[in-house]
Amino acid sequence: METNTQRLIHAFSALADLGQEIADAGDFEDMLRNSFHLLLGSLAIRRGGVAEYDGEAGQLKLVAARGLGEPATDTLLLSPEHARQLATLGSATSLADATNEAARFLEDHKELFATVEIDLLLPLVVREQLIGAVLLGEKASGEKFTDEDLEVLSALSRHIGVGIHSHRLLEDVEQKAAENLRLYDGLRAIYKETVRAFAAAIDMKDRYTQGHSVRVGKYSEVIAREMGWAAEEVEGITIAGYLHDIGKLIVDLSVINSPERFSAKDSAEMSRHPAAGYEILAPISHPYADIPLMARYHHERMDGNGYPDGLKGDQIPPGAKILTLADSLDAMTTDRPYRKKLPLEDVLEEFRANTGTQFDPEVVCAFCRAFLNEIEGKKERRLLNLLNRNYSNIEQLRPLLNGMLSEFNGSSLTAIAH
Amino acid sequence: MAETTRDISIQTRAVGDAAIIYASDYLNKLTGERIERECRRQFDSGRRTLIINFRDTELVNSIGVSILVGLIDAAEQNTARLIFSDVNSSTANLFEMLGLTRHVSVAANEDEALSWITESGDSASVPEARA
Repeated sequence: METNTQRLIHAFSALADLGQEIADAGDFEDMLRNSFHLLLGSLAIRRGGVAEYDGEAGQLKLVAARGLGEPATDTLLLSPEHARQLATLGSATSLADATNEAARFLEDHKELFATVEIDLLLPLVVREQLIGAVLLGEKASGEKFTDEDLEVLSALSRHIGVGIHSHRLLEDVEQKAAENLRLYDGLRAIYKETVRAFAAAIDMKDRYTQGHSVRVGKYSEVIAREMGWAAEEVEGITIAGYLHDIGKLIVDLSVINSPERFSAKDSAEMSRHPAAGYEILAPISHPYADIPLMARYHHERMDGNGYPDGLKGDQIPPGAKILTLADSLDAMTTDRPYRKKLPLEDVLEEFRANTGTQFDPEVVCAFCRAFLNEIEGKKERRLLNLLNRNYSNIEQLRPLLNGMLSEFNGSSLTAIAH
Repeated sequence: MAETTRDISIQTRAVGDAAIIYASDYLNKLTGERIERECRRQFDSGRRTLIINFRDTELVNSIGVSILVGLIDAAEQNTARLIFSDVNSSTANLFEMLGLTRHVSVAANEDEALSWITESGDSASVPEARA
């Protein structure tokens, strides 16, 4: 085979391998080292290095090298002006045949080039930006670099330049994505804090139910987690708990703070709050789904006798069913002006008696399981810590909770609802 | 007395003061680095004549060439002698074209390589490369 043809085939194979290397690159340093070895091997060049240009630091830094011994330094300070000069030198500059401009640049940096014994300099330029440079020593053949050699080396170097450029773009994208994620997390934290503060403000309106919204949020969180909801959904229902009574802001203060049981007229006024809450929450872009709907439907009942829309069974969103139970739990376990808090046995009995008509059995079972797990020390004490303030001897509830679980586990909604 | 060892896929045979290292069918980054490691190990243990036998080698890619060039440098730094043997014709042409043969002696086969070493009892009898 003719030598030139063989040379071309070898160079072409190096180019193909280089393309593969850059496309497959998992580790950037590896990619750079392997690409550089391919370039050296294409013409059996004995020594050289690849330097990456850092525009911010204004320096060229050797990132892969072979046969250069121990250079005095692996970085070369390069002003923006010098970087521009280097970028305009062309694809390959032989030190022996440097143009005036190139010669000036090389003269300016002769200390570095003398140290690393290079014969050839190939600037890596992508979109007119200096990415780095390939520095090459002599060929094993001892021959001078031919024009064909320079073409081959330029083609291979361009690939290395594009590889470095792509890696930087990817790094940039990853950095921006991480930054966005941090911002998003920050915004979410601010949102949660704001909502929590808002919940406190809602509860301030009702002097008898201070802390109610936050507790409903926490109860809902525990139940949703027990039901296997995803972390994002659990966060969503916690927020829904904080905001479920936001509609009370439009209810007359004298009704809310009435020390008596509600009259029919007061009840009608109070029953406006779920729909009003929906109207307040719907125009807001919440980071979680269905918060306005959960607020609207937290007084619906499984048997269809709730309000505002009289939804039944599966028509009620699952989140609203959880809020219903959490809301009732807090209402029954806190003192009201017209009655004292109920004993926990009575609360559970109330749940048992109204499962299927008011409460969803699945939600009741999740609550019982979570409660039992906490009593048995299998899970963090969330419900217990919230209830312990007002109750003692919670351990005695175990048989009752187990009984409810046996009664409702696996029972279908419709079977109980009718 | 010959002693044969095998490190993963690199087979090595010690013959007197020399070591013969057998290259695999495709000399690329993976197999090239194994040969490089083995050669450096031999240099470090004081061996000053290495024969790389290419009898199984069908193809040498650019990284393979680069690694061989690196070994030539390492041999020079260690004042050691590197001999290639059993190189097929296309690989021989490649080595010739790229100038590797200026720095290493290429024997037709292992026996010839060994004879260059043993004729005078030391590696000084190896024919000079064309450099």
